Amino acid sequence: MTVPGFIKSSQASTDAAPGALPEWEERRTYMLKCNLLPPLPALDARRLLLQRGMRSAALLCMSLLVAAVGWGENKPSPTPNMFAPTSTPAQQEYVMSLFVLAITGGILLVVGGIWAYVVWKFREKEPTETEPAQIYGSPQVELAWTIIPVILVVVLFLTTARMIFAIQDNPKPKNAIDVTVVGHQFWWEFRYPKYGVVIANELHVPMSTKERPQPTFMKLQSADVWHSFWVPQLAGKVDSIPDHVNEMWIDPHVPGLYVGQCGQFCGVEHAKMLLRVYVDTPDEFQRWITRQQQPAVEQQGDAQGSQSVPVNAGGLQPASFEQAQQASPQAVPAQAPGEASMNQVAVGKQVFQTNACMNCHAVQGTVANGRFGPDLTHFGSRETLGSGIVANNVSNLKAWIRNPSDLKEGALMPPMQLTETQLEQVSLYLTSLK
Amino acid sequence: MADASLPIGSLDLTPDRAAEGTFREWLHGWVITVDHKRLGILYVLYSLFFLIVGGTEAMIIRLQLAQPNSHFVSPEVYNRMFTMHGTTMVFLVGMPILFGFANYLVPLMIGARDMAFPRLNALSFWLTAFGGIMLYYSFIGGFGLYGQGSAPDVGWFAYAPLTTRTYSQGHAVDFWALSLFVTGWGTLGTAINIVATTISMRCKGMTMMRLPLFCWLMLCVSALTLIAITPLTAAQVMLELDRYLGAHFFDAQAGGSALIWAHFFWIFGHPEVYILVLPAFAIANEIIPVFSRKAMFGYPAMVAASVGIVFISVGVWAHHMFTVGMTSAANAFFTLSTMIIAVPTGIKIFNWLATMWGGKLRFATPMLFCTAFVFQFLISGLTGIMLSASPWDWQLHNSYFVVAHFHYVLVGSIVFNIFAALYYWYPKVSGRMMDEKLGKLHFWLFLIGFHLTFDFMHVPGILGMPRWIYTYEPSRGWGTWNLIVSIGGIFQAIAVAIFLYNMVYSALHGEEAGPDPWDAWTLEWATASPPPEYNFAVEPVVSSRRPLWDLKHPDDPDWKYE
Repeated sequence: MTVPGFIKSSQASTDAAPGALPEWEERRTYMLKCNLLPPLPALDARRLLLQRGMRSAALLCMSLLVAAVGWGENKPSPTPNMFAPTSTPAQQEYVMSLFVLAITGGILLVVGGIWAYVVWKFREKEPTETEPAQIYGSPQVELAWTIIPVILVVVLFLTTARMIFAIQDNPKPKNAIDVTVVGHQFWWEFRYPKYGVVIANELHVPMSTKERPQPTFMKLQSADVWHSFWVPQLAGKVDSIPDHVNEMWIDPHVPGLYVGQCGQFCGVEHAKMLLRVYVDTPDEFQRWITRQQQPAVEQQGDAQGSQSVPVNAGGLQPASFEQAQQASPQAVPAQAPGEASMNQVAVGKQVFQTNACMNCHAVQGTVANGRFGPDLTHFGSRETLGSGIVANNVSNLKAWIRNPSDLKEGALMPPMQLTETQLEQVSLYLTSLK
Repeated sequence: MADASLPIGSLDLTPDRAAEGTFREWLHGWVITVDHKRLGILYVLYSLFFLIVGGTEAMIIRLQLAQPNSHFVSPEVYNRMFTMHGTTMVFLVGMPILFGFANYLVPLMIGARDMAFPRLNALSFWLTAFGGIMLYYSFIGGFGLYGQGSAPDVGWFAYAPLTTRTYSQGHAVDFWALSLFVTGWGTLGTAINIVATTISMRCKGMTMMRLPLFCWLMLCVSALTLIAITPLTAAQVMLELDRYLGAHFFDAQAGGSALIWAHFFWIFGHPEVYILVLPAFAIANEIIPVFSRKAMFGYPAMVAASVGIVFISVGVWAHHMFTVGMTSAANAFFTLSTMIIAVPTGIKIFNWLATMWGGKLRFATPMLFCTAFVFQFLISGLTGIMLSASPWDWQLHNSYFVVAHFHYVLVGSIVFNIFAALYYWYPKVSGRMMDEKLGKLHFWLFLIGFHLTFDFMHVPGILGMPRWIYTYEPSRGWGTWNLIVSIGGIFQAIAVAIFLYNMVYSALHGEEAGPDPWDAWTLEWATASPPPEYNFAVEPVVSSRRPLWDLKHPDDPDWKYE
């Protein structure tokens, strides 16, 4: 959706061919050639120097500003810059900000200029006994500087109101992706009700293009305290509150990884309640969601080859065996995997299921169905662990399970009191859940 | 210049009786005092003490954030630091010091001998003092989120349900709630006292429209305090009921509402901003005319603007809650009401500039601080407009941009004016001038530090850095900005140290001030420095807004023109 009037279209600048001169410039060059224009008056050296100095100062300020906010870098970035939007709500908020900046910048120039003039012009150069003329006020002047701000307020308000309605009351198209976001101390749960998928911390959404718009609409809830979902490049923040369901939407135009984090103080580890949003192309998204819909599949890591491992390897309880077999008929070994590592994974699974792990964590297709902690069904397919704080690999995972507070002080998961061997096995098992 | 030949208040120069007696008698005198001037001094000293405490907490925060992935303090300690920093600066520094000024100055400016209720005044001060001590006792006696002996660590606006017993075991939250409850009663007492004093204790000839603007603003602030502190105090009671008596006001799981706490808090919290900033305006209204050597431009407009701010400010609270999921109509309403506040505050800025226009600006230290204030307040007002545009606020809310914005108000406007006031009225209180050289050094260092810190603090906010985080990853690109911000903090700390040294040094070695060192025009300069216990030997009679101007310029008195 575009907002007519003052939207800065990223396409507009690329319309003209790069080398072509604007029309007026062409005409002026032609007129100069034909001696139809008088030559420019020669500037004396001082003025020239001053002019150049001003120009380079202005250039320096501008480039500092541009460098500071990475103006126009509308692509995924590790810095969640709100001035580099890639989704319509963020884009509209950015346009809003430019409009407000222009008005407030104008006010700053005028009033700040008067301030500077007054301070310089009326400073007492040498102490004298006489007092300046006493002026007590002027109703006309007071009226003037009441009415002008009122007009500015009206203009600002009308623009803002239009933008509020445009973003907040945007109708939901039929093909929109629904996601339920649940804030937890200190991690995020994402549910895709239409697909029956539950994941944690790393949200995947499809890219939305002009030709094929497919926004993602999110319902925000909280399992415990007040949180706030904020990925600046995609949209402004919306709070997730325990007694109040909120909605927001995004339609990212550029694929890639976007970062953000919780925007409302939620306890000890508020700082490490990070957010990662992966914007996939529609095909990628389809592949990803299909895979997430599968129950847990243990796969060997790259180091050990990439074979599938049947979930029934190792001594399992019959119930989970049947469940797993029904749910994943395709999980049949293509070839015999390395016996040793397969056993490690299988034993790890057993460790997972016979310790407290599954009181809080769910792995679809197995007996583990805890809901307090993140769903681990496809844990191995995530890039990070601990809500985005470290890379997801066996050594970090071991450190995490040994004592989560070593990596994230105040995380609610307790130290699991496992032996080093068990840690290794559980970590291998979990990272194998691709 | 206001000398013994002047009839107003008949300057009394008998030496102060306080010099007599033993140390114990002297101390006892300060504890039992009901004199508004002594209580005012107690308020100011109490606040300066907590300014050092709160400032130290700020420095710990800045040292922690100076670099990414820093381990200077643990997250628990960091959370305590920002909670205590915010609570301290608002409740134990900002309000007490401004009420201290009001206590000391309002009776003097209206030609009264004391406040309307001197004993209520003493009770209010000691309640406030007790509340502060109780809050800090929590470092020893409380237990925080993490179950360790600690101070409150739920943020200064303590959103439910983080404060319920499920998430905050131990007593840290109770210390927070109860100490604010107690200081709240102290504040209410002072507010009642100031309203009563301004309404009923004015000297002969001092009509409401001749009231010094300082007193007008203190009246507005006190009225606003009565409106705003009440819901906060009620909310603290509800919180304690939730925590210990099984109530469910804020407990979502039992049908309560976390959102209600936010409404209660911000119905207090936004007027609170004006409770702090209006006294700062009050100070500027006194200092700018005196150092511009001109009468205040547009006195009636200034009064109207102040009263207007009071009324509008109770209708804007939900602009702190644009992200909680209000309807678009509600968002639009609070956008409008917030933007409207720009009109009366704009009138104030224009009137200050018009007062300076055509004057003879004398840049003594108080005026330096006030001049910087006018410009900084302009900027904080403009960033305020940016935040009021709710679509942009959805991005900026709870980011470091907001932190920079409100510190621009709280430090750039309020603290600058508090320093101006301390330099300006120090001679009246102590009888000695503060050292100008140290004062100017203080000003310039503080100015540089302030701008290094709070100008650059806006940028990480734009780059997506939220508040309340104890650390951040290097890849986020916030490191350099935070380092600059922290360096600015060090400048400010040095400047404040110079100021404190200056206060002590000048008390001992300062130049004798005399009754009227700044050649000023309001009644407090018509009596000795320091004023005798009874303020004025005879009740003053005034016939204009600037009684001392009339005396000094009998040929061209103000009352001819008002």
